[in-house]
Order: sequence, then structure tokens, then C-alpha cells
Amino acid sequence: MNDFTQAIQLAATLIGRFDPELRGIIALSLGVSLTASALAFIIGSPLGLALAIGRFPGRQALIVTANALLGLPPVVVGLGVYLLLSRSGPLGSLGILFTPAAMILAQAILGIPIVVALVHRMTVDLWATYGEALLVDGASHIRAAASLMNIGREGLVVAFLAAFGRAIAEVGAILIVGGNIRGYTRTMTTAIALETSKGELSLALALGIILIALSMTVSAFSHMFGRTLRH
Amino acid sequence: MGRWFSAIAAGIAVLLRLLCAPVSAQDQTIIVASTTSTQDSGLFDYLLPIVRDKTGVDVKVLAQGTGQALDTARRGDVDVVFVHAKSAEEKFLAEGFGVKRYPVMYNDFVLIGPKNDPAGIRGLDVIASLQTIEKQAAPFISRGDRSGTHIAELALWKDAGIDVTKDRGSWYKEIGQGMGAALNVASASNAYVLADRGTWLAFKNRGDLAILVEGDKRLFNQYGVMLVNPAKHPTVRKEAGQRFIDWLVSPEGQKAIAGYKIGGQQLFYPNANDPGA
Repeated sequence: MNDFTQAIQLAATLIGRFDPELRGIIALSLGVSLTASALAFIIGSPLGLALAIGRFPGRQALIVTANALLGLPPVVVGLGVYLLLSRSGPLGSLGILFTPAAMILAQAILGIPIVVALVHRMTVDLWATYGEALLVDGASHIRAAASLMNIGREGLVVAFLAAFGRAIAEVGAILIVGGNIRGYTRTMTTAIALETSKGELSLALALGIILIALSMTVSAFSHMFGRTLRH
Repeated sequence: MGRWFSAIAAGIAVLLRLLCAPVSAQDQTIIVASTTSTQDSGLFDYLLPIVRDKTGVDVKVLAQGTGQALDTARRGDVDVVFVHAKSAEEKFLAEGFGVKRYPVMYNDFVLIGPKNDPAGIRGLDVIASLQTIEKQAAPFISRGDRSGTHIAELALWKDAGIDVTKDRGSWYKEIGQGMGAALNVASASNAYVLADRGTWLAFKNRGDLAILVEGDKRLFNQYGVMLVNPAKHPTVRKEAGQRFIDWLVSPEGQKAIAGYKIGGQQLFYPNANDPGA
């Protein structure tokens, strides 16, 4: 238990000191993961909606695929993105390997199936209930989809949060495509991995406590936002 | 929907541009693939601010095992490699991926184990120690990641006449991770492990471990630095990369390396002037 009390004290000290390096790491973690989950949301939610209300060939296969990809291993996504962005890879000329942009790309890929599967799951029942009513006024499918998103907006917040949770917690993908470069691509999770490997277990755990507090804060804000939407 | 997607694609393109702009604008920034031992020992945290001060080059360090660092360089993803496995470095040069290898500094490996030394290797030379560990089937942690330390460890087993790829029992565990991770595992399982002295000195979670064998000349650990060949990879920032290398091997850089100490103990010994290193 000594390790834990030490870590909690250290976490408090770190936050109290408002260490500039720690601030940078927190800002990068939040910036990368929020951007990635926003991207995943922008790309994934129309897809999820389309799967819920559209009727087209291959639809079932896409639903199964999205659900299967929920467990996409971050380290494999990291490796795939690495090979794409490497100077010797097809997108090497972009020159974004080992930059925050590469990390956003990898985390967005991890988030997309989550958003697709959740948005589909949450809207498919709503569509069964309200679909005909929404279409009966002669509204187009796109119009009806917009109304459906409005009805299911709280579910959309949950989908976004799930993607964010996945992004902020993962280390496998960003370690490979970001490289854990100090002051540039070092995030909370990669810093924790590094401090663990240096044997600085209390510091690693303290960073972990701060990370959990951060993601709880984001979750609380989103919930408040969801409540405002409902009223 | 089509319009949506093209708008999103355009948005992503703009975002990616924005995020990469600062990188391409800074020709003074280089990426160096180096080893977990140089990072975990704290050398770069000490050295890089000095480098920026003296040369204006902003160095970003990618800490990988030597094997992985050389592979990353082969793909053209870094500008400079700073590693410690001379045979692998010479192969890299021979393949045309490097321009020239400069010896920079050395430290040494140490054989770490539980203080009470159940296998009884304290005071032996490193070859006899490994033979004893194998005979007693005492738990031994191997990096198993093609790092410089792993390559050195395999060479020592070979010198001891033991083929660990074939004869190893459950006492020999390959963990496939960095130096610090290997020390963590050894500390948690009271096992023997080969480590570079720098990482060991900086390591905080020692538990009951201590240095049992050191000072054997076979435990010598040489570091070298190379610019990735711009003829193979035109994107290599050769001017800034070479400036970094030139400074490392200059009297000033060598003095700075010698000045890095933990608890009063020097971690790395500069030897750029030794042509055979």
C-alpha cells in the first residue's frame, strides 16, 4: 500500500506545482485524443446512422464488421499506420510520422468502429419506433436521419465519449506512430510506460491517477452537455 | 452525403497540414533513433539542452532497441542513429544506409542478480558466471528484443559455450522489452539479468538486486553515431544531422558527455578519438 499513498501524494504535488512539462503532456494528450475522437465521430456517426436506417446490399456485413472491429488491437493499428506513413510507405511524402498528426490518425481509426457500432445500436431501435412517422410527412431520408439524431442525441454523446475513452487510454498505437518524443509526442500514457521502465513506479502511478482524473472530468462535462441537450 | 464526406476529407487535409507545418519549417530539428539505455539512463535529458544551446539543433529522440532503431533508419524515418552494437552498425553501413560511423563513448555492462546470490556467481568472471547460472538453472531475464544489450548478451552466452536458443529451459525468460522493463521483471522475480551500467545506476525499483559481476573486459559497451545516407533517403536533414554528430565527437561534446553523473558516478566515457572503437 505504501506505493499507492506515495503515488497519491506525488500526484497532488505534481498538480500543485503545475509543472510546465506535465502541463504540455496533458495538453497534448487531451488535444490528440479529443481531435481523434471528434474525427471518429464526424466520420463514424453518419455511417452508423446509414446502417440503422438505410437498406442496401452489404449492410449486414458492415454491421458485423463494425462490431468485430470494436476490439481492434491498438498496436496493430499503430503498426499499420506506421507502415503507411513511413518514408518508405505509400504516404511517406506527407512526412507526418512521429508527429501528433500521426497519433490523431491512429486514434481516429481506433475510434471509428466504436462510433459506428454504438450509433447504429442506439438509433436502430429509435428508427423502428419513429421511422415511419418521420418519413410519413414526405421527408427525405436525410431529413429523417437529422430528426433521428436529434431524438437520439444523448446516445451520440455516449458514442463520442466511448471513442474518447478508447483514445485517451491507449498506448500501443501512439507509441509506435508518435515515438514518445519528449516535449513533442509524449502523452500521459506513453509517459507512464516510460516512467515504469525507469523503475519510477510512484511517479508512473501518480501520472496514472492524474490521467484517470482527467478522463473523469471530460466524461462529467460531456454528461452535463448531454443533460443540457435533453432540456 | 457525398458533399459531407468531401468536406470532412478537406477538413482532415487542412488539419494534417496545420499540424505538420511547424515540422517542415524547422530544418534545425532532427530525429535521432537511439536506444532505451541512453534514454532510461537520463543521458539525453541532460545532453539535449546543451546541444540546442551550442549548435542550434533541436534533437528529438526516439528510444528503441538498437535493432529496431537501425530498422527505423533503414526505412528513412529518422536522420541519425545513435546505438551500441558495432557489428550491427557495420552491417548497416555496408548496406549503404549510413554515411560514416563515429565512435562516441562507452560504458560497460554489469551482471545483476539477487543480493544473496543463490547461484553463487559473485567474484567469478562473466563467462564462468553464465555457465554457473545455466548449470543451476537460476532464473535469468533476457531482453529478447535485438537491442544492443541483447546482442551483447547472446554473444556472451556463445562465448560461454551455451546455445540459449536451443538449450534454454524455463529458467531463461525472454521478455522482448526495454532495459528498464527487464530490470523491473528481474526485480520482481529475483532473477539474474545483464544490464548497461547507466540504466542500472538510474534505475529506481531495485528491490533486492545488486551488481554481482563487473569489470570484465568482455563487458565493454561501445556507442556509435551515424548519419542516415541522404543518397538513399533524400528527406534526411543532413546539414543539421551532421552538425549534431560533429558536436558529439568534438572536444566540447566529449567533455559534456563525461560530465553526466548520477550520485557522483560518471555514466559514459567519451572515446571519439579512439579510431578502433
